[in-house]
Amino acid sequence: MKKSLAIALGAVLAASPAIAQEEPVLNVYNWSDYIAEDTIANFEAETGIKVNYDVYDNNEIVDAKLLAGNSGYDIVVPSGNFLERQIQAGLILELDKSKLTNLGNLDPAVMATAANQDPDNAHAVPYMINTIGLGYNTAKVTEALGPDADLESWDLLFKPEVVEKLAGCGVAVLDSPSEVMGIALHYLGLDPNSESEEDLAAAEALMNSIKPSIRYFHSSQYIDDLGNGEICLALGYSGDIFIAADAAAAAGQGVEVTYLIPKEGAATLFDFLAIPADAPHPENAHAFINYILEPEVVAAITNYVFYANPNLPALEFVDEAVKSNPGIYPPAETIEKAFVMQAHSPDYEEVLTRTWTRIKTGQ
Amino acid sequence: MTTHDPTIPPPRRLKPWNAVERGLARVGITGRMLVLIAPLIWLLVFFLVPLAVVFGISLTSKQFGRPPYTPLLTSEEGTVQLTLHLNNYIRLFTDNLYVAAYLSSIRIAAIATIITLLVGYPMAYAIARAPDRWRNILLMLVVLPFFTSFLLRVYALTGFMRGNGVINQFLGLFGIEPIVMMQTDFAVYVGIVYTYLPFMILPLYTTLVKLDVSLFEASADLGARPIHTFLFVTLPLSLPGIIAGSMLVFIPAIGEFVIPSLLGGPETLMIGRVLWDEFFSATNWPRASAVAVAMLLVVVVPIMLLQRAQGAVVEK
Repeated sequence: MKKSLAIALGAVLAASPAIAQEEPVLNVYNWSDYIAEDTIANFEAETGIKVNYDVYDNNEIVDAKLLAGNSGYDIVVPSGNFLERQIQAGLILELDKSKLTNLGNLDPAVMATAANQDPDNAHAVPYMINTIGLGYNTAKVTEALGPDADLESWDLLFKPEVVEKLAGCGVAVLDSPSEVMGIALHYLGLDPNSESEEDLAAAEALMNSIKPSIRYFHSSQYIDDLGNGEICLALGYSGDIFIAADAAAAAGQGVEVTYLIPKEGAATLFDFLAIPADAPHPENAHAFINYILEPEVVAAITNYVFYANPNLPALEFVDEAVKSNPGIYPPAETIEKAFVMQAHSPDYEEVLTRTWTRIKTGQ
Repeated sequence: MTTHDPTIPPPRRLKPWNAVERGLARVGITGRMLVLIAPLIWLLVFFLVPLAVVFGISLTSKQFGRPPYTPLLTSEEGTVQLTLHLNNYIRLFTDNLYVAAYLSSIRIAAIATIITLLVGYPMAYAIARAPDRWRNILLMLVVLPFFTSFLLRVYALTGFMRGNGVINQFLGLFGIEPIVMMQTDFAVYVGIVYTYLPFMILPLYTTLVKLDVSLFEASADLGARPIHTFLFVTLPLSLPGIIAGSMLVFIPAIGEFVIPSLLGGPETLMIGRVLWDEFFSATNWPRASAVAVAMLLVVVVPIMLLQRAQGAVVEK
């Protein structure tokens, strides 16, 4: 009698946490080439949670999936300007910080900047810091522009008489209106987050002046093309250009790719780990975020993807070659000139998209 | 007296299906109607209902939230209010982008269809006239590319056309400078023709293979040269195949998104890309829906005209 009661009690005790526990599954939606090769396998081995891993190459796709609802994803990695709106629209779950024991590892300065987009850092954790700059094929650009060319400035892209010399070997630009137009505004000495019509018209005129030299607008094609010499200049994400440089070096075809944060200052983006409001496995998502916050884990990702992370104790695990690369961990004066993109109002968003289509297609 | 009366048949065992059939017959539904109902339900669930949803969204206004458009119906204190926003449709006409994109899509699709026809017709003709034992193998070769992913095939084309791709490397052997083919309209035509060629060849083949060879013989006997036989006998008789094949190429090509975005340049203006920008970049689902509904109309009109043309041909 006693024994059976004990068994029954034991069964109840064993069953109750099982009821509260989620099935051991986690659905992650991350940028392409944005995690170390073994991160997911290590997380699975440590926690027993099975990870379904999907990738995308632009913020707009994530935005659309969250807006449609029931995306099924537990982790998404939006950039700050997109995250800001997603939080306002109630698409992102508030974090349970009691489950994020490693949160203290993050750089307070980065957290303060991130709070501009995520008030009180309540909804998301900065994952990687990247810049938008220029990637170029060193040999081809030098050949086209001559040995005395200024390879430190945004002039490479935004000065018509310079970029037209590069048109022959191929110029690509991100297909992202908010980011590219923000950079164009910054180059003109205007506020990159401006919503004024005059400023937008000035940026449009600038883009139109270089448009004849641009072969295409795309947000991931340039990684391959820069790496195999198909194009010689790309406005792109720092980590992607480093991947292209790495691929070029590995291919041994004599293509050398350089990443440049122009001296006038580059756009800095924070990508955040966030949990959609309707995520099916929020518990596992918290466990995943906390795992990424471990210094060794995130350092291994940085060593692989060549993006800086905001994790202070992680720095000692970052490879010396990565740490000392000014394109990945920029010096203080570059950081001072960097600027952060903010979310636009829906009305401006529409004007911006229309302007962007006009720039791209001439219609 | 319990002798069996032979005039009364023994009670028939009803199988469950018979019962169902009887039940349906009682409410006036026959087996023939059932066969028709299945595709109708299919059409309703997978075409008309989604279309109605898209049409509904096209009459709303954009907002940032989930869902990203205003509700069509709102109820306030017991009264249901229907709010229709027509500005998405008005915008299609006031902003030159959309008309230009529609026209450009139709132009690209039409040119691509003509090229596909010119390439596909001789191939279909050759297959139809090939010896029996070859025919199935040749048809198999036409269909073979479908065994790989469409996306992969389009990517593979970039390997041919890029600056250091197969074609330019070949030209390089003769000292010819690399030609820029990628990110041009030329690349889009190559992509569409290559991808849709089987859709042109198969209906052409089915028409050509059924043509009576004795007609050609009669034509030759009466003194017509081969070119005349082709122009005045083969071509008119294969018109239904030409129309069917052209429709199968033209209609999907108008709304093509993957080919122009992977192979086309910034100036390759196609409605599929405009739709993408409205939906994703501007997060404007209502306008994207209006563009989609308008595109359907743009596509439906040529289909109806072609259908009528085909009907006239068949009646002849």
